[in-house]
Amino acid sequence: MSLRRVVVTGLGALTPVGKTAPAYWEGLVAGRSGAAPITRFDAGKFKTRFACEVKDYNPDDYFDRKEGRKMDIFTQFGLIAANEAIADARLIEDDVDKDRVGVIWGSGIGGLTSLQAECIAFAHGDGTPRFNPFFIPKMIADSSSGNISIRHKFRGPNFVTTSACASSSDSIISAFNYIRLNMADVIVTGGSEAAITESGVGGFNALKAMSERNDAPEQASRPYDKERDGFVLGEGAASLVLEEYEHAKARGAKIYAELIGGGMSADAYHITAPDPEGNGVVLVMQNALRDAGIKPEDVDYINTHGTSTPLGDGAEVKAIQKVFGEHAYGLNISSTKSMTGHLLGAAGAIEAVACIMAMQHDTVPPTINHFTDDPELDSRLNFTFNEAQKREVNIAMSNTFGFGGHNTSVIFRKISE
Amino acid sequence: MSEIAEKVKAIIIDKLGVEASEVTPEASFTNDLGADSLDTVELIMEFEKEFNVSIPDDQAENIGTVGQAISYLEEHAK
Repeated sequence: MSLRRVVVTGLGALTPVGKTAPAYWEGLVAGRSGAAPITRFDAGKFKTRFACEVKDYNPDDYFDRKEGRKMDIFTQFGLIAANEAIADARLIEDDVDKDRVGVIWGSGIGGLTSLQAECIAFAHGDGTPRFNPFFIPKMIADSSSGNISIRHKFRGPNFVTTSACASSSDSIISAFNYIRLNMADVIVTGGSEAAITESGVGGFNALKAMSERNDAPEQASRPYDKERDGFVLGEGAASLVLEEYEHAKARGAKIYAELIGGGMSADAYHITAPDPEGNGVVLVMQNALRDAGIKPEDVDYINTHGTSTPLGDGAEVKAIQKVFGEHAYGLNISSTKSMTGHLLGAAGAIEAVACIMAMQHDTVPPTINHFTDDPELDSRLNFTFNEAQKREVNIAMSNTFGFGGHNTSVIFRKISE
Repeated sequence: MSEIAEKVKAIIIDKLGVEASEVTPEASFTNDLGADSLDTVELIMEFEKEFNVSIPDDQAENIGTVGQAISYLEEHAK
């Protein structure tokens, strides 16, 4: 059986640097930081008191009160981004067969806000269980894909992938595979995360994974800079409508790009620390290149995982040099987390959107906040520091890695017809 | 209208997102006010919390309209 081709026909994004896909891209090219002091709760006693929040978010702008109340904020984010992508792809207007449309979403954590609120309320009570009946359906990670399908009556395959910060790259690869295997014609995929809560920030602080540069939040996320001190927590969502190529052509859909390959691997090393040799990361990029049927020299741009942690950034760069050899110097590399912060389970989705936009505009978004070269990193590499660069981008790769040692890599190619 | 009736109406308006004019004594939570089974459970819990009562499941099953909720609570509220 030959595998079917899969293309991208719709995009949506709700991010700390822009609240629609076009606004997000504009923010990236402008080199805008989404970091600022935390507004969602009083972080006065926390080691990290800033994050990349979705700015001025008010659920009433998107949902009627009754509907919004029944969804955790991570599901609200997901539905907003998915709605944008679905409208962009004109799935409803074109009356696509809803039995053949699936939703495969990604979230690393799920409804942390709801979980925290219910546990606090119980702890403050007299021991009488008064858990809200909407608590569990709000908290579970798959309420995101469930709510998207209910809203649009999409009856195809429906589930959520969870692999920490690789979650939504795994959802993209799953969607790709189900369409390739003819189990659906269209899948709304992507990811969402909303973990800027006391437990989220406190928990990541305890892991010593987050930047504590409280005096300069906008400069805190600085991948590949010598003074990087950890990631900056972000929140939001992005969505891609993936569609079988002939199906998209037959209905005259706008085609952004082709998804040509996906790779997955595990570090099998440590639950939170990356393998310093980057062996799992080498393997995942090789797997993705093989799946795409391309050579390393064909890749123009890598949107890296690059979270701004001392260990992780170096390991990924080492791996890129092992896989790409001399061509590593011909690539553009950038970490858009320098602007958006780290959206955890939604990172793969927003960065896939960045890769597709980079091909659309033949522009590589920058790695901002570069001040001091890290002598451990090869300075001949082009990290796209501080300003966007114009270049032809025909093939772009997006890497994401998650706690647990999960690695994923996806590859998109420009459609030129 | 009693204070209890006012509070009951306010909870229903808040939780079900309906207009005050719709919340008549005869209005059924599920048939008239758009509640599903989870909404109904949540309403009963809110009544328990607000009026400091415990409503056993077999009695909660008989509270299906605004009027039934008000009379139950007027009788049992502490």
